[in-house]
Amino acid sequence: MPTTSPPDAGLAPRGAGGQAGAAPRPARDRDAAGLGRPRAAAFVTPALLLIAAFLVFPALWTIYLGLTDYRLTGLAAADPQMVGLDNFTDALKDDSFSHSLGLTLQFVVGSAVIGQAGLGFLIAWVMRNRRGALRRLVEALVLTAWILPSSVIAFLWIALLDRDDGTLNAALHTPGTAWLLEHPMLSIIVFNIWRGTAFSMMLYAAALGNVPPSHLETARLAGASGWQQLRDVVFPRIRGHILTNLLLISLWTFNDFTPFLLTSGGPEDKTEVMPVFIYKLALSNGELGFGAAISVLMLLINLVIAVVYMTLLRRRKEDAPA
Amino acid sequence: MADISMAALTKVYPGGVRALDGIDLTIADGEFFALLGPSGCGKTTLLRTLAGLETASSGSVGIGGRDVTALPPGRRDVAMVFQDYALFPHMSVSDNIAYPLRIQKVPGATRREKAAQTAAELGLTDYLDRRPGQLSGGQQQRVALARAMACHPQVFLFDEPLSNLDARMRLEARTFLKRLQRELGVTTVFVTHDQAEALALADRIAVMESGRIRQLGTPAEVFRYPANTFVASFIGSTPMNLLDGQVAGGRIDVAGALLPVPEGLEEGLAEGEKLVYGIRPEYLGLAEGPAEGALRGAVRVVENLGSAQLVTLEGESGFVQAVVDEDRRLTPGEIGHAVPRRDRALLYRDGELLNRAPAESGPAGRPGEGEAA
Amino acid sequence: MSTEATTDLEKHSSPGRGGPPPDPSATGHLAGLAGARQAVRRIGFYVFCCLLLAFFALPLLWLACAPFDRTPTITASLPDFTLQNFDTLFDNPYAMRSLGNSLLLAAGTGVLVVVFAALAAYALSRVRLPGRDALLYTLLLLSSIVTGTAAMVPLFNLAFELHLIDSQLGVILVLTGGLLPSAIFILKDFMDGTPRSYEESAQVFGASPLQIVRHVVVPLVRPGLATIAVWSVAQVWGNFLIPFLLLRSPEKSPAAVVMYTFYTEGGQPDLALISTFSLLYSLPVVLMFLLVSSRYGFRFHGGIKR
Repeated sequence: MPTTSPPDAGLAPRGAGGQAGAAPRPARDRDAAGLGRPRAAAFVTPALLLIAAFLVFPALWTIYLGLTDYRLTGLAAADPQMVGLDNFTDALKDDSFSHSLGLTLQFVVGSAVIGQAGLGFLIAWVMRNRRGALRRLVEALVLTAWILPSSVIAFLWIALLDRDDGTLNAALHTPGTAWLLEHPMLSIIVFNIWRGTAFSMMLYAAALGNVPPSHLETARLAGASGWQQLRDVVFPRIRGHILTNLLLISLWTFNDFTPFLLTSGGPEDKTEVMPVFIYKLALSNGELGFGAAISVLMLLINLVIAVVYMTLLRRRKEDAPA
Repeated sequence: MADISMAALTKVYPGGVRALDGIDLTIADGEFFALLGPSGCGKTTLLRTLAGLETASSGSVGIGGRDVTALPPGRRDVAMVFQDYALFPHMSVSDNIAYPLRIQKVPGATRREKAAQTAAELGLTDYLDRRPGQLSGGQQQRVALARAMACHPQVFLFDEPLSNLDARMRLEARTFLKRLQRELGVTTVFVTHDQAEALALADRIAVMESGRIRQLGTPAEVFRYPANTFVASFIGSTPMNLLDGQVAGGRIDVAGALLPVPEGLEEGLAEGEKLVYGIRPEYLGLAEGPAEGALRGAVRVVENLGSAQLVTLEGESGFVQAVVDEDRRLTPGEIGHAVPRRDRALLYRDGELLNRAPAESGPAGRPGEGEAA
Repeated sequence: MSTEATTDLEKHSSPGRGGPPPDPSATGHLAGLAGARQAVRRIGFYVFCCLLLAFFALPLLWLACAPFDRTPTITASLPDFTLQNFDTLFDNPYAMRSLGNSLLLAAGTGVLVVVFAALAAYALSRVRLPGRDALLYTLLLLSSIVTGTAAMVPLFNLAFELHLIDSQLGVILVLTGGLLPSAIFILKDFMDGTPRSYEESAQVFGASPLQIVRHVVVPLVRPGLATIAVWSVAQVWGNFLIPFLLLRSPEKSPAAVVMYTFYTEGGQPDLALISTFSLLYSLPVVLMFLLVSSRYGFRFHGGIKR
C-alpha cells in the first residue's frame, strides 16, 4: 500500500519522543471504543485492498504502459516493446495532442473558471438576502441540472440545439442553425456551465452565509457601495472558498467525459477535449501505449492541481488558529 | 462501597507532557471528593485514569482493596457521568438507564423493571419513553445519574457535573446532587474548575496544579488556610488580597501601613524579612476615618454584589479589594481606610503558609504544614 | 416623504461628519435619485431572474412535456396529453432491463462503499494506525487525481486480464475502488465530529469494542452512512464511462449506456421511447435528492472541509 512512511514514534504507549506539540488531552487520538490496533487494521484492510487494486494499480500501470508501444490488436498487442520516453516526446510534439490540450484549456477556462464560478457567485450574491418561492425555484432548477444523469442531460441538449426542430431555434427565431456544428466549442461550454453551476452556487451561498452581517453593516454605515462591500468585506472573507471552488471545478471539468455524449469530439475534432482524445486514441484506434502516455500527462496535470490546492489549504489551516 | 487509593500515580503523554506527577491520595469509603483546579491541571486525566479510560504511565490505583491498575474500564466496577452526559440519542430514557444491565446480560423484562425503579427514585417516571433530546438539561443530568446508579457500582465518577446547566439550574442540581450522594453513601469523585462548587459539595477537596496536588483538605481548611499563594488566589469568589510586606518592629509593613502580625506567628519572624500578607476582601473592614493599622487608598471602583459592595482601593501597595456593607455610601475618588481582621490574616513565606490550622479542623495533612516555627 | 428621505440619508452618511443639516431641496433631489436607483436595481434583479430561469428551464422543458405528448417531437411544446408513450417504454425489453441493471450496479456499489468506507473511516478516526496521516493524505490525493478518464486504458486492461470484461461485478468493483477514498474522507470527517464520550461511557459500563460499534457507533453515524449511500448510488446511477468501457452486451448495460445507444443509432430516434425513458431514469435521483434534503437538510460535502 502507498504508506511508505516510517512507523510513527508517538505510537509507543509510553514513548517520550516523536509527536511535537501533543496537547495534554489529545482528543483526536483517543481509542474511545478500545478497538485496539489489530482490529483497526482489519477494519481498514478491505477498503485499502479495493483502492489498491482498482485505483492505485491502474494509475501505476498507466505509467508503465506509457513506456511501451502496446496496441489493442496486431503484433504489438502480443508482445509490447519498451519504447522508453518516446511516447511522451511524440505526444508533446504531436499536433493533435497540443490541439486537444488547447481545446481543453478553452473548455476549462470558459466553462468552469469563468462560467460556473462567475454565474454561481452571481446567483449566490443576488439571492443572499432573499427567502421564499423565487429563490427556491431558482435553486431547484439549477440543482436539477446538476443531479440529472448525464445521458439524459446530453439528449436534452441535443434536442434543444437541434438544427430543424430545436427549441432554441424556435425560441430565437433562427431556424436551421446547427449549433453543435457551427459553434461546437461554444455549445459544450454553455452546456457545461448549465450543468455544473449548482456546485459553485451552493458553495458561494454557504460562504456568503459565513460573512458576519455586522461586517457588511459596518461597511454600509461607512457608506460603502455594493461593489465596495464586495471588494472590502466579502472577498477577503471568502478567499479560501473561491480557491477551493476554482480548483475543484477545474479538476472536474478537466476530467469530464460528458462532452463526448454531445458531440463525440466532432465536428472534425473541434471538441476533442483531453478525455475524449484519449478514448478515441486508445480504445477506438487501439493505440494503447500512446494513449497511456497521454493519460500519464493528464495524471500529472491533475497532480499539479491537487498539490497546489492541498498546499494552499494546509497553509490556510496553519494560519487559521491565530 | 469502597475506598480508593492511588500511589505514585504518573501519566506522561507522548511528547513529554506530565499530566499527572506522582499522585498519592486516599479517598475514604463513602466520601464525596472534589478534584479542583484550573484547566490543564490534570484533574480530568486523574478521573479518567480512575475510570480506566487512560492508562497510567506508572504507579497504581486500588478500589476497595483491589488493584485495578491494569484492568479495563468495564471491570473496575465504577460508573462515570460525563460532562456532556453521553446519553445515547438513539435510545429512549428507559433503554439508556438499562444499558449497563444489557451489557451484563440481564433479561429484558428485569432490565425495564430496574430502569423504571431507578427512574422513579429520581423523579423520571414520566419521561421513560422519551428520547434524551426531548429533555431539559437538568432532566438529562438525572437520566445520566440514573444510568450510573442502575448498575450499583462501588464508585461514582463525575466529570464537571454541573457545567452544562444554566446558572439557576446549577444551584438546584447542586443541592440535589449532595442529597443524593448522602442517601446512596457511595464513594464519589468529581472534577470541577469552579471553586464554589467544590466548597459547596465536597467532604474533601484536592486542589491541583500542573499534575500535582497543591492542597488537600476540607472545604473549611482550604478556604480558611490556603496552604500556598496558588490555592489562596484560586479559592474564594473574590480573590484574596496578597500584599508584599516586610517585618518591622513586630508588625508587618505593607507599603507604609503597619499591620499587626497574625496570632501565634509573632515568634518565628526575623526583622526585615520579606513576606506576603494575605487577607480576603470579606475580612477587610472600611473604617469611618483614618485608623491605625489600616491600608489607605483612593476608591476607584465600586461593584454592587447585591447584599454587599466590592470596593477597589488604589493605594501605595497597589490595588486592595474590600467587601463592605450594602448601606455604605461611597464615591469614587474618596480616601478609604481598610482594616484587616487580625484573626483572619495570613502570612506566606516563599509562597507557603506560615499560619497553623487549629488541630481539630481535620485529619488531613497539608503540604507546608509544620514549616511555621 | 421629505423627512423620511432625510433620516434615510443620515443613516447612510458616514458617522462623525458634522456640518450644517442638508438643504431640504437638495435632499428631495437626492431622495429622487436614490429612489430611481432603487427602481433600476429592482428591475435589474427581476430581469436577471427571468433570464436565469429561462436559461435553466429551457432544456428541461422537453423532459417535462414530451413524455406526455401524443406525437412527441424534438421541440418542447404543450403536450396533447397521453400516457401511451409509457406503454412503448414498458414494452421495450432493453429499456426496462437497463434500469434493472442500473439498480443492480448502484445497489451493489452502494453496499460495498458504505460497509468498507464505514469500517475504514471508524478505525482511522479512532485508532492511531502507523502512517495514518500519510495514508489519509495519499487517499485524498488519489481520489482527486486518478479519475476514470485518466486511467481508462489500464482499467480496460485490468478488467481484461481479470476476465471482468462484460461483467457487472467488474463494473461494481472498479466503481467501488474509485468512490472509496472520497467516501472514507467524508465519513472520517463525520466520525471525528462525533463525541467520543458516548463510546467511553459504554466502555465504562463494560461493553466490548464490537458491542460498542453495534450498539452505539452505528446508530450514531447513521445520517453519515445514509449520506454516503445516497451519494454513491447517485454517482453510479449517472455514470456513463465505466460501464461504457467495460460492458459489451446490451442486456447487461445500465440505463446511461443504453440511453446513449437510443439516440445515436442513426435514423430517426424513437422520441416516445427516449422521452419516457429519460423521465423514468431521472426520477430516482430527483426523489433521492428530495429525500436527503428534506430529511437531513442539504449539507455541503463534496470534499470541502468545514
